[in-house]
Amino acid sequence: MIVKVQEKDFIAEKEIQELKNNCMEIPGAINSFIGYVRNFSNEKKLTSLTIEHYSGMTEKMLLEISTKASQKWPLLGTLIIHRYGKLNIGDQIVLAASASLHRNAAFEATQFIMDYLKTKAPFWKSEEINNQNKWVLSRREDEQALKKWED
Amino acid sequence: MRILYFSWLKEKIGLNSQEIIKPKSVETVDDLITFLKEKSEKHKNAFSDLNSIKVSVNQEFADLETKIKEKDEIAFFPPVTGG
Repeated sequence: MIVKVQEKDFIAEKEIQELKNNCMEIPGAINSFIGYVRNFSNEKKLTSLTIEHYSGMTEKMLLEISTKASQKWPLLGTLIIHRYGKLNIGDQIVLAASASLHRNAAFEATQFIMDYLKTKAPFWKSEEINNQNKWVLSRREDEQALKKWED
Repeated sequence: MRILYFSWLKEKIGLNSQEIIKPKSVETVDDLITFLKEKSEKHKNAFSDLNSIKVSVNQEFADLETKIKEKDEIAFFPPVTGG
């Protein structure tokens, strides 16, 4: 389980290679997701995005999410990188990836990691619109997304 | 105990964190909020709608009934918006 919380950008290919190299067996499948900064928010033009986080708890929660995913699917490894600080339009925010012997576990685990991260990892986004910073409100759909994994 | 604030709570209260000695009357998170609200107008304002506030104790999600101790790290923040 690799977890990185960092200000600097990442090269997805390099990070996925690291995930692959850390697997005990050769993974037949690695699925990955990258989240980027959008240029519009509720039809308003964005100039930048600033992300704050709770250092310590963030790493703890991301590891907890990775553990949960590994208990639910036969994974060979997981990777979560999440950035904080000031980001520009189109910048990478998050990379989540899951490695497994077969594709289904990898597909599902990555989606699970993202759904969990959205409601459990202590990050807060602030959007800059017309030279004003506004805290992003949480979305009810994100809470709903978690429900599909409950069983 | 150490209390941390994030996002708009930090801005409304005007503090990143504060250290307080646990008063005898404070046994739960709910008691702590009551104590803080009595102490300052800024806290009173920030904690006016508890539905929009999450809490963690020692970096684990908690709730109003969670018991707290002198050495605990308690954080208050709005629902998370990462990813």
